[in-house]
Amino acid sequence: MSDLNNRNLKPAAADSEPGMPRRDFLKAAAGTLATLALSGCTKEAIEAFLQKHFQELSPEELKTVVARLERECQEKQGVKVSISTKAAAPGVLFGAGLDLSRCIGCRRCVYGCVKENNLSRNHQIQWIRVLEQEKAKGVNLEDANPYYDPKEVPREGYFYIPVSCQHCRRPPCVKVCPVKATWSEPDGIVVVDYNWCIGCRCCMSACPYGARHFNWGTPSVPSKHLNPRMHYFGNRPRPRGVVEKCTFCIQRTREGRYPACVEACPVGARKFGNLLDRKSEIRQIMERKRVFVLKAELNTQPTFYYFYSL
Amino acid sequence: MKKYSLYILLPAFIVISILAMVNEIRKGHTLYHEEWAHAGVVAHSPEEYPAVFDFDPLAGLQTNAGEIHLPPPPLQKETWPCSQCHDKDTSNPERRVLSAAHEEIVLKHDEEHRWCLDCHDFADRDKLHLASGEKVSFEESYRLCGQCHGPTYRDWRLGIHGRRTGYWNGSKSYLLCVHCHSPHEPKFKPLTPLPPPLRPEFLRGQDSAKETQ
Ligand code: HEC
Ligand code: HEC
Ligand code: HEC
Ligand code: HEC
Repeated sequence: MSDLNNRNLKPAAADSEPGMPRRDFLKAAAGTLATLALSGCTKEAIEAFLQKHFQELSPEELKTVVARLERECQEKQGVKVSISTKAAAPGVLFGAGLDLSRCIGCRRCVYGCVKENNLSRNHQIQWIRVLEQEKAKGVNLEDANPYYDPKEVPREGYFYIPVSCQHCRRPPCVKVCPVKATWSEPDGIVVVDYNWCIGCRCCMSACPYGARHFNWGTPSVPSKHLNPRMHYFGNRPRPRGVVEKCTFCIQRTREGRYPACVEACPVGARKFGNLLDRKSEIRQIMERKRVFVLKAELNTQPTFYYFYSL
Repeated sequence: MKKYSLYILLPAFIVISILAMVNEIRKGHTLYHEEWAHAGVVAHSPEEYPAVFDFDPLAGLQTNAGEIHLPPPPLQKETWPCSQCHDKDTSNPERRVLSAAHEEIVLKHDEEHRWCLDCHDFADRDKLHLASGEKVSFEESYRLCGQCHGPTYRDWRLGIHGRRTGYWNGSKSYLLCVHCHSPHEPKFKPLTPLPPPLRPEFLRGQDSAKETQ
């Protein structure tokens, strides 16, 4: 526990100045764009193009950006949506737990996540991948099988490891992003700004957990199935060509709710809470069970803990 | 001559390497868990499984104040209240095979040492009872389970065993033991898994959205 208490809570990425050169360049280019505007580009498109880095937006600017995004989504889907920009609460560091002795590999969490987070239905993206592994082989992501499809789970002799973003405290994906479109928030959530991502996919190759996904096609969700409660960093519609991943259901958890996967799990294997609160479920688990993280040898320091309750 | 051989060898080398790579990728995916080669070919979406997601995780939670909510026990309407049939005169303490009612109940719960009335109260059938004789209502059946499953019960109270829904920083709803375990046959029933993800080679052009629109 001492590790937790002494830790510097401020994520490494937050204190460096992001995106300056690009902005200077943009300013210079603004004149050119004004000319372009006369020649037919819509005002919206130019506004979107000129949007600053998220962390440099003033509250008013943020409001206009969000209003624009809401309007765009409404026009496209015909559904009224609200996009929150709620910031991290002080004294909160999110952590997730997963009880490997309970998980039966039923994939309810996978689809619950798809539903909650407006994941693309046509060009399928799933933030959670459940791996089936022979018990004898132990936890080994490389050798496990995500395509198991028996009549009933669990299968004799196998166990199941759901893997999604581990929300590392030393995230390699953040380190490699050339435009600082991804960073860890003060509450530990590693976020992606879909408006800033250039789609280079460096982060995907840096992630040791295969947790990041690329929108090869324009993602789409049928309007009647769209979840209208959104967050800027969460389940709002993504454009084509950006990277996305689990956000700990930021639109829920910043409002105090449990993530969708936790509530969808029929065996109660998924846990979630504030690592800085001694009474939270996740801390109780850390104090009473044998917890471990995936690929600990890489020192990415995930906030996603696996454990055995038996 | 040397020069020309390069013209032939180099393209041949490139072609062979490309073929080898393509083959490796193809083979990689079919060999990769051959048992499930048929799986992950079609995209599926959660809308195909309405029954799975047909619950309200915030049901019964009034505020965000931090209270704990226990959902009602999953008793069947036909047999509740038990006292509609059971009173002192109709009850029979003898251990036997039931034939006139409750035939569907099979005890697979340490059945050699257990009989119905270890848990159900003889005199007041609308109640359960603890080993001490204290009566507990069906709303508190977890206390009954807790007598014999101490560590699991403790874990449940701490949120480690079982499931909570609602607010991580506020009011929560705990599922009762009997929502997941039938008290008579407590082993967790196997489930049909939802379909596997699409294999990368089938990612293109699949449109499950259309079917569900
Ligand atoms: C429709 C009427 C009916 C209802 C409602 C009913 N029972 Fe019974 N129950 C019976 C009958 C009849 C028997 C005797 C069966 C036999 O001897 O084969 C019985 C037997 C039992 C027994 C075996 C011990 C004994 O007293 O014979 C238990 C335990 C029991 N019932 C529990 C319950 C509980 C708990 C409920 C409420 C959830 C309930 N029953 C509701 C009709 C009913
Ligand atoms: C380990 C303790 C235990 C034993 C042994 C036990 N029961 Fe139960 N039984 C319960 C509990 C707890 C419930 C309440 C389940 C709930 O809340 O839905 C229950 C529920 C019932 C119900 C209502 C079922 C429903 O779905 O509404 C009936 C009827 C019943 N028991 C009959 C019996 C009979 C008959 C036996 C003996 C063959 C028996 N029970 C043995 C604990 C026990
Ligand atoms: C009188 C003691 C007693 C009570 C009360 C009791 N159990 Fe058990 N239970 C046992 C024993 C002994 C076993 C192990 C033997 C077995 O597996 O059949 C067991 C096994 C189990 C198992 C493991 C089953 C398996 O096959 O893996 C579960 C789950 C369980 N109980 C749940 C419950 C629940 C839920 C309740 C409350 C409704 C309950 N028990 C009440 C004694 C009890
Ligand atoms: C969210 C569903 C859920 C709830 C609620 C729940 N359990 Fe379980 N329980 C499970 C699953 C899943 C297993 C593992 C599968 C199995 O062996 O049946 C399990 C296993 C068990 C076992 C077997 C021993 C072990 O640890 O594997 C016992 C005993 C048990 N539960 C008792 C309880 C008791 C007592 C309660 C209430 C205080 C309870 N459970 C509440 C899902 C649940």
